[in-house]
Amino acid sequence: MKRRTFTSLVAGMSLAASLMGTSAMAQDNLRIALVVKALGIGFFEAAAEGAEEAAAELGNVEVIYTGPTDTTAEGQIEVINALIAQGVDAIAISANDPDAVSPALQRAMQRGITVISWDSGVNEEGRQMHLNPSSTPLIGNTIIKLAADHMPDGGQVAILSASATATNQNAWIAAAEEVMPNYPGIELVATVYGDDLSDKSYRAAQVLMASYPDLKAIIAPTTVGILASCQAVSDAGKIGQVNVTGLGLPSEMAGCVESGATKSFAIWNPIDLGYSATMIAHALASGAATAEPGSEIPTGRMGSVTLDDTNSAAMSDPFTYDASNIDQFKDIF
Amino acid sequence: MPKNILMSREVLLTGAIALLLAIIASRFPAFIAPTNLANVFNDTAPLILLAIGQMIVILTRCIDLSVAANLALTGMVVAMINVAMPGLPVPVIIVISIGFGALLGVINGVLVWKLAIPPIVVTLGTMTIFRGTIFLLSDGKWVNSHEFSDSFKAFPRTEFLGLPLMSWIAIAAVLLFTLVMSRTTLGRAFYAAGGNPHAATYAGIDVGKTQFWAFTISGALAGLTGYLWVSRFAVAFVDLAGGFELNVVAACVIGGVAIMGGIGTVFGAMLGSLFLGIISNALPVVNISPFWQLAISGGAIIIAVILNAQANRDKGRIILKRAEQAT
Repeated sequence: MKRRTFTSLVAGMSLAASLMGTSAMAQDNLRIALVVKALGIGFFEAAAEGAEEAAAELGNVEVIYTGPTDTTAEGQIEVINALIAQGVDAIAISANDPDAVSPALQRAMQRGITVISWDSGVNEEGRQMHLNPSSTPLIGNTIIKLAADHMPDGGQVAILSASATATNQNAWIAAAEEVMPNYPGIELVATVYGDDLSDKSYRAAQVLMASYPDLKAIIAPTTVGILASCQAVSDAGKIGQVNVTGLGLPSEMAGCVESGATKSFAIWNPIDLGYSATMIAHALASGAATAEPGSEIPTGRMGSVTLDDTNSAAMSDPFTYDASNIDQFKDIF
Repeated sequence: MPKNILMSREVLLTGAIALLLAIIASRFPAFIAPTNLANVFNDTAPLILLAIGQMIVILTRCIDLSVAANLALTGMVVAMINVAMPGLPVPVIIVISIGFGALLGVINGVLVWKLAIPPIVVTLGTMTIFRGTIFLLSDGKWVNSHEFSDSFKAFPRTEFLGLPLMSWIAIAAVLLFTLVMSRTTLGRAFYAAGGNPHAATYAGIDVGKTQFWAFTISGALAGLTGYLWVSRFAVAFVDLAGGFELNVVAACVIGGVAIMGGIGTVFGAMLGSLFLGIISNALPVVNISPFWQLAISGGAIIIAVILNAQANRDKGRIILKRAEQAT
């Protein structure tokens, strides 16, 4: 038993030594890891593009785009541990779970790695600052407004979310519920969950239409959910009767807008988001800025962000896409 | 003997499904309207197709964890073929999807047969490889509804005698495989290879080769389901049907397929799938929290496993009554 402890101690020391070696070597090139919820999601691919843009602008930055192959916290913890072992200079993460990844990120910060979260946040102990793509109240208001804009006579709407534990979706829905009094005549009848699976989301949309025959709009603040709802509405022959809206990517939503199932939807620009996250990570890692309440961090062409009491900042307003501008954006992301 | 028939898994499950429907109907009568039941059946069709393949694999004492990944990879391949050649007729697409799926099944089969690697390890590996291949093929990009040709999307939705073609394919597969399993040498070999591999070997059955065919069939069905899935939901991406392999195994277990091999019917696998399909369609209607939905599905699986374990106990004849009691 004793011998084993000693062996692992030696192993730990040699690992620490190799880590010190890498960080010394990395001084000429700042290595920023962009950790996403899962690889293969269009939104994050676009964010990586923005990160590369920022890296090219800054010059001495290498971006490592990585993440698990499915949206689990376990997968992200493995990725974070690997990044700690590689001795990167900064980690910018969109978390699958605010608490589960926190211990691993705290370990990273103890090793001197700059840690920020973006898009989907980590709890305050697990990061130095959090970059929201937009502010939660603004998104909550936007998703209801998207539906209300096309319902002059009011009526029933329902929300189809990702999983019941998804951090950002829950915050947006709570914010949307708060602004409901500003939209008289609009009634939120149900919130259902499709777990970001096509089949489950499609089924949930079918159930919504069956349970609420007078439903006027399905609001899906998630890309898988909005596409599945749009397909379910088309298949049910309810285009024009049920409007599918929420948050989606232009490249994925082009067909829905064309068929008329979706009149308009919104999303912030993921390219800008990846760009800003990289700019902030660089500023913090290089010591050009510090993460404390009230401090202002420059974000290149996006201007700057100001941190609030919880060290969070908002990037910009979500942008609305409809038939008039979809063709312009569908090839970008 | 009559007691055995009454207590058979198929009868029990049919009863359980009827009870389930009655409970749902008491809270939400519209659920048991024929059109809605047809919807539920259609929604469950992919699960039925995959469960038939999985059942055959489990019969031979193996397990195929790569079915959902096979579905997603084949789905992505046919989606990309459709984008590249929109004029290709749907029957050709279907043949490609079955062929490509079978090819992926052959990979599993050969590894299990020729290299004698435990099937759970093989398919866990190929599952990850298939998902990775989708990522490499697609560069992580999605294929979306406006990129598919109209005929590609229309096929599973086309109605024939009041039911969409997807439902008919599931029904055809149930009938075909009921016939294969009960009336062909290969079908009986699946039961023999899993029921008692040693006895099967003495009877001249190549157990490894039988397992190879089981994986090939499972792969072919997964491939076909891949096309149906992609065309129904009009989207193909890396995480398509993520975690669905566990639903498929669960459907088999609930349908009375013994995880230790040798016991199971196509009809049972279909009923198991329907049971899960009804639960997943009904629970959101009844407005139960998503956390309870998982707990209820899990509870159904555990009850089924308990029943299976008891069914397996009195399998075969007890030659030494005294010895059986002593243990």
